[in-house]
Amino acid sequence: MNRVAGRLLHSPEGVAGLCLLVLLAAMALAAPLLFPGDPLVIVGRPLTAPFTDPTLPLGTDRLGRDVAAGLMHGAQTSLLVGLATALVALAAGALVGTVAGLAGGLVDEVLMRVVDAFQIVPGFLLALAFVSVTGASLPVIIFAIALGAWTGPARLVRAEVLSIRERDYVAAARVIGMHPAEIALREVLPNALPPVLALTAVIVATAVLVEAALSFLGLGDPNVVTWGSMIAEGRNVLRTAPHLSIVPGLGLVATVLGVYLLGEGLADAMAGREARG
Amino acid sequence: MHRALTLTRRRIVSSIPVLLIVIVGTFLLLEAAPGDAVDAYLLSLGGGDAGLVAELRQSYGLDQSLLKRLTLYVGALLRFDLGWSVTFDRPVLDLIAERLPNTLWLMGAATALAFSLGSFLGIVAGARPGSLTDRALSTGSLALYAVPSFWLGLVLVLVFAVDLRWFPTAGIETIASGKTGLARVADIAWHLVLPVSALGFIYLALFLRMMRTGMTEAWRQDFVLFARAKGLARRRIVLRHVARNALLPLVTMLGLQAAAMLGGSVVVESVFAIPGFGRLAHEAVSGRDAPLLTGIIIVSAMLVIVVNLLVDIAYAALDPRVGSGEAAS
Repeated sequence: MNRVAGRLLHSPEGVAGLCLLVLLAAMALAAPLLFPGDPLVIVGRPLTAPFTDPTLPLGTDRLGRDVAAGLMHGAQTSLLVGLATALVALAAGALVGTVAGLAGGLVDEVLMRVVDAFQIVPGFLLALAFVSVTGASLPVIIFAIALGAWTGPARLVRAEVLSIRERDYVAAARVIGMHPAEIALREVLPNALPPVLALTAVIVATAVLVEAALSFLGLGDPNVVTWGSMIAEGRNVLRTAPHLSIVPGLGLVATVLGVYLLGEGLADAMAGREARG
Repeated sequence: MHRALTLTRRRIVSSIPVLLIVIVGTFLLLEAAPGDAVDAYLLSLGGGDAGLVAELRQSYGLDQSLLKRLTLYVGALLRFDLGWSVTFDRPVLDLIAERLPNTLWLMGAATALAFSLGSFLGIVAGARPGSLTDRALSTGSLALYAVPSFWLGLVLVLVFAVDLRWFPTAGIETIASGKTGLARVADIAWHLVLPVSALGFIYLALFLRMMRTGMTEAWRQDFVLFARAKGLARRRIVLRHVARNALLPLVTMLGLQAAAMLGGSVVVESVFAIPGFGRLAHEAVSGRDAPLLTGIIIVSAMLVIVVNLLVDIAYAALDPRVGSGEAAS
């Protein structure tokens, strides 16, 4: 573990990703301290330019809401959605993949066809449909995005389980009379998970982008500030105040890039490579 | 040719149960929505009496049981009837058939851009793995891949449509221009430059990185060592031996990113006000039009199946090692 951390800190990608994410996490955590209260309330004159009012460092949007507060609280939403979606998708994928791999036969066949079905429907359309049915709130959005993200982990866990269940230690567990559920949880799953964790970065990054796109289309949680909804808001004054759309977008790019870079650095570090090339 | 036919037949047969899951799943999901098509219709009318409501429900078949409606829906699907759109008051199939071509052009052009530019830059990066050019291209493409497509669209509009005025800000063609033939095609192409860039540049990174990884691996192969030992020019080794072998997996990627790009077209079409399939999905959601949304999801699933089938056929044609059918479905 320490060697992995050491190698990570030697890869430029890993360090850059880590820095970006630490910075964003700091923004997210500091948001309620620096900008207590609801970032959606009107605090000043509409469209105050940035750097003109010391109490409103980045100015206000079309409705007079504090842009700086929105940016900080938006970081919170993006990171929360990204991490929570990955958690849900990995848990669901691990469950389905383990059951399919261990049960085999008809159960496996049916579950894998369901995985196929989820994979041929564009994840964004699925999230769109789900949110439109249940109404937008943060938990619903996280679940909706996870609907399009659990199939990758499910496939990978199943493949791992298929190879692990033939190993001697699983046979030994069976011989000593361990319950199948216990074998699944204690012997198979812990060994099947590590390769799947490599998918985490992609899932987190996709989730952040999908949430932003949903908010941009006006289908996000209306009670929470998101960078996507800030971009959509700023779009109305794109010609006169382009920074209102551009700055939150840069936040999204920084988040997603940070996740990708860290993921890449981690993958290299775990594979035991000092640097790529 | 025979191989392609076998492949097609096997693919279609194995797709049927999957498609059925999509149909039933989508139908049940949208059934769970509070309110039905009649409620949405009445909302657009501003209300109506109970008699009208019952009459409408009957005419849409909404007074039947869930199972009955599902069988009716699937039965209608077999006759290529996707139902009736409430917001547009037109058959869903007509709407989709009208909107789909715009999206196919957008996706096709974006894919072509991403594939050609991505694989070209991938060859440049993979020609000397680990070099400064390689690292700059790899990291730069990662940054591009991190950009939300709708935001890139807005930035492109700001720079190239608002400031420079090179391209139009929105739409698919000049309204009421009266253009026909080639002039109209040119007009549409001109309108599509920015949306295609917004969609295509993001997926470029995918092809670039895959090409680069494939080439890095190919450099370690014996046949490359042999080519170098033979004293072939480096340029020739890069193009004929290394890049050629790394190109094949990119074809698979074409199929894999089809679903993602279809999803991405929803936001890009909304940004550029292109009357396409993706914007139709957004309109269906805004209008709470369940039949339309169900139809859109089913058609997009079929589209993804078809794209993947085409990719498989292309792959089998390009790689003689792929057997006529022993490969897993």
